[in-house]
Amino acid sequence: MILLRILIRNAFRNRLRTGLTILGITIAILAFGLLRTVVSAWYAGVAASSATRLVTRNAVSLIFPLPLAYKDKIRQVDGVSHVSWGNWFGGIYVSEKNFFANFCVDPQSYLALYPEYILSDRERKAFLSDRKGFVAGRKLADRFGWKPGDTVTLKGVIFPGNWDFVLRGIYRGRDRTIDETQFLFQWEYLNETVRQRYPSRADQVGFYMIGVASPERAVDVAGAIDRLFKNSLAETLTETEKAFQLGFIAMTEAIVMAIQLVSIVIIVIIMAVVANTMAMTTRERIGDYAILKTLGFGGRQIALLIFGEALVITGIGAAIGMALTYPAARAFGSTLSNFFPVFNVARETLWLDLGAALVVAVVAAVIPTQRAIGIRIADGLRRIG
Amino acid sequence: MTTEAPAPIIDVRGVSKSYRRGEVVVPVLHDITFTIAPGEFLSLMGPSGSGKSTLLNLVAGIDQADSGRIVVEGVDITRLTETELARWRANSVGFIFQFYNLIPVLTALENVELPLHLSGLSRRARREHALTALDLVGLSHRLDHFPGQLSGGEQQRVAIARAVVTDPTVLVADEPTGDLDRVSAGEVLDMMARLNRELGKTIVMVTHDPRAAARAHLKRHLDKGVLSADDPAENPD
Repeated sequence: MILLRILIRNAFRNRLRTGLTILGITIAILAFGLLRTVVSAWYAGVAASSATRLVTRNAVSLIFPLPLAYKDKIRQVDGVSHVSWGNWFGGIYVSEKNFFANFCVDPQSYLALYPEYILSDRERKAFLSDRKGFVAGRKLADRFGWKPGDTVTLKGVIFPGNWDFVLRGIYRGRDRTIDETQFLFQWEYLNETVRQRYPSRADQVGFYMIGVASPERAVDVAGAIDRLFKNSLAETLTETEKAFQLGFIAMTEAIVMAIQLVSIVIIVIIMAVVANTMAMTTRERIGDYAILKTLGFGGRQIALLIFGEALVITGIGAAIGMALTYPAARAFGSTLSNFFPVFNVARETLWLDLGAALVVAVVAAVIPTQRAIGIRIADGLRRIG
Repeated sequence: MTTEAPAPIIDVRGVSKSYRRGEVVVPVLHDITFTIAPGEFLSLMGPSGSGKSTLLNLVAGIDQADSGRIVVEGVDITRLTETELARWRANSVGFIFQFYNLIPVLTALENVELPLHLSGLSRRARREHALTALDLVGLSHRLDHFPGQLSGGEQQRVAIARAVVTDPTVLVADEPTGDLDRVSAGEVLDMMARLNRELGKTIVMVTHDPRAAARAHLKRHLDKGVLSADDPAENPD
């Protein structure tokens, strides 16, 4: 108890130095937390993937389509429970800077495959019954102030022309990991229009989304689908939704690595700052430690004082940094919602923050503790006065 | 009928000590031998660098001799491990230093209570002991003051209270009046004399101050690491 009192009072003996060190730790933990959240956001699609969903695309590249006719053959594969399909539309709303993901999908089967997109029955019915209807995620609707019944025009790039849609529903994610920035409209609307304007591109889909009865069967079902279309004009590549999402991330792996590296560098820098603070404080208090040793206190108690002080300083900085991570992430996420539709501070990030703070405190205290314990009492006492 | 002399409380035999300064070995104490009887008040005098403080540190168990034996209250402290020595210091010796050596972040009461945290006493008992010790040195009204809020004399009185709170038989004092004005120095010496006289504490005091040395029963001189013969002090009282 007395040691606890000493270490807490010691921590605030030099208020300016302690304050600046805490500020440094706060900023480091905040930066570390935000960078880890960016990495989590990068993997948000992977995290939200279902083990019972497969994606089938053209084996050559995602930009090449597949015939609509495949859907019936896929449906007959043993283990397949649902088949849906869609295309990346790539439309622009007013200006390119307003980027958001927009897909045309077969609405009935798609919504059945994605129960995590929550729509009211009324909205669902309205969407399914209106060929030009679309549903938007809550965040996307909020961003542009869209209300049900509003007409929204997208400028097609892959499918040129102006495309009018009517908002029929605003979906919410089942939990915070679900992307609420998507724009989904009916594949039939696209196909009918394409048939009139570009007949050769009709009845083509960009991808199939396939539901499997159980996750254990996913690999077998994927193999069976790909074997079905082997040696055809459009061979398929079927993979789990998670593998499909990871394939996208692999393209930007270097950036993710760089972010992770920077987050570690920040921790190493703050470790050096805290180690410097602890080295200075221990040097100043070598006389106090010598007095304690003279009175009969041992190395373990001296170590407790130094490690404890490092933990108090680091703990306060880390707690403030972690608390600030939430508002900072909210501000960061809303500014960069175009790039990171899901930007939530994960519980793992907080554990990493705590772990990093603990490592910083322990590493920073090791050498000062060795010095304080190792010094002869007589030499320590000589530093007083 | 003959009266037997009491067994010495401190028995120093053939103790030598040297320090290493880089490649050079500097001898500090040469073959020191002396004894101190229980309840004795001894002052060690000598010029700077003569080895007084080193000898005091050896007797108090805060430094290790190169050779020789030091027996205090029947315990050969030269044979104790670091941990055993720490435990022995906590129970058997009280320390009074020139610069008081109080912990600056603890109040007077907490400083006095500090050694008792190693004694296994209850919180209440620790507090009672500390209050008694502070009362003994006349500082009951300064319990919650930090060392920085006390005068030099008051700080040294807190240090004396801390030294006696565990009720050790031996007190060691290294220049206890070296940082004090004449009045405060007189008060501190009065207090040490009282502890010796009324509570029977054996005191070994290193000092440069002849007035302080005169309060002791015995004076010994150290010069270049060699101890002179006994020299009964002239008591100005």
